[in-house]
Amino acid sequence: MSAARQVLVAEGFTPPGPGDFELPAVFGDSLLFTKPALLLVLAAVMVFGFFLVTSRKMAMVPSKAQYAGEQAYSFVRNGIARDIIGSHDFMKFVPLLVALFFFILLNNVFGIIPFIQFPTFSRVSFAYALAGLIWVVYNGIGIWKHGLFGYLKHVTVPGGIRGPILLLIIPLEFFSTVIVRPATLALRLFANMFAGHLLLILFTLGAEYLVFEADKAAYTPVGVLAFLLAIVISFLELLVQFLQAYVFTLLTAMYISGAFAEEH
Amino acid sequence: MSLAFLAAEEGEVNPLLPHVAEIVLALVVFLILVYLISKFVMPNFEKTFASRTQAIEGGLAEAERKQAEADAKLAELTKQLSEARHEAARIREDAREQGAEIVVEMRQQAQAEAERITVHAHAQIEAEKQQVLGQLRSEVGSLATGLAGRIVGESLEDEARQRRTVERFLAELESQPIGQSS
Repeated sequence: MSAARQVLVAEGFTPPGPGDFELPAVFGDSLLFTKPALLLVLAAVMVFGFFLVTSRKMAMVPSKAQYAGEQAYSFVRNGIARDIIGSHDFMKFVPLLVALFFFILLNNVFGIIPFIQFPTFSRVSFAYALAGLIWVVYNGIGIWKHGLFGYLKHVTVPGGIRGPILLLIIPLEFFSTVIVRPATLALRLFANMFAGHLLLILFTLGAEYLVFEADKAAYTPVGVLAFLLAIVISFLELLVQFLQAYVFTLLTAMYISGAFAEEH
Repeated sequence: MSLAFLAAEEGEVNPLLPHVAEIVLALVVFLILVYLISKFVMPNFEKTFASRTQAIEGGLAEAERKQAEADAKLAELTKQLSEARHEAARIREDAREQGAEIVVEMRQQAQAEAERITVHAHAQIEAEKQQVLGQLRSEVGSLATGLAGRIVGESLEDEARQRRTVERFLAELESQPIGQSS
């Protein structure tokens, strides 16, 4: 970002771009010690820390901390896992879904927390990693449950369809279930975080430029307006961040449920 | 498509290209998180939920049992109460019968007593009458004897004398107390 600012002083305003997401390593040279990587670890530690603290001393009548933990846990356990997967099989997937939702949520919210201000999943690799893991999980479950060919039939042949139309349906279903799903899962999360962060950078840097660097005094109120808008957008981002975490977890549950189902 | 994107950004990095190190890092971190949650967080929450459910169900069962108990006790008490009512009615009936019996008995007794008293009084009166009659008879006899003696002993000359004699006798008779005559 400092490089961008130097450019900005020298030759007018340069809009932020994908380069702003390539942060240098905090120490050393490795990608494992960049800000996003450290934030990723921090988020995992915080999620586990939160649940550990709130579930350590369990009582029939919960304390405030326990109540908060229970509510958070139950939100995913009952609201997503049980409702989508069904009360018979959902328990096995509760840890995965709870971890998934709160891990993504916290990483996303990092985008508007002061001094952190970087949504971790605007690094596409992280989103690929989670989506790939989910892909392995739900396909694995399907194959374990129906056998390899049984599962392929299960996902590619919708119930009740017969005849030559299957020639069209089978490749389409295979394409949509096995190939498109993980890609959309990863890209939806990544693109939302990426675009949201880019928008915030644009408004704040633009405001800064208009107020402090631009020659014309008339730009100053526009810059202030842009800054105020950046604040409004931050709240919008909060909503998007929550929704993306929710959607990612919800879709994961649906994919798992679909692989589990006996028939379409 | 990614090449076109690259070109459009004029040599800048392509944000869609993955980095193996980051993918591995995210997988490792996330899998550790899942493991930790399934190992240390989920059992605690589930145990609490289960025991809470059990407590609620246990409480419901307990309440049901208490309700049944209370119902049974109520039925028992109602039965006892109606029994007590019957008992009371029976006792009242008995008392009434007994009272009537007592009244009848008392009446009979009183009647018998009255009869006895009447009989007794009659007998006494009869006896007294007999006694008085006997007394009277002997006194009249002795009086008649005395009177006859006087009449015989003292020759009666005239009617005036005769009358005086009788009057004297009667006066004597009057002055004499009744009980001392015999």
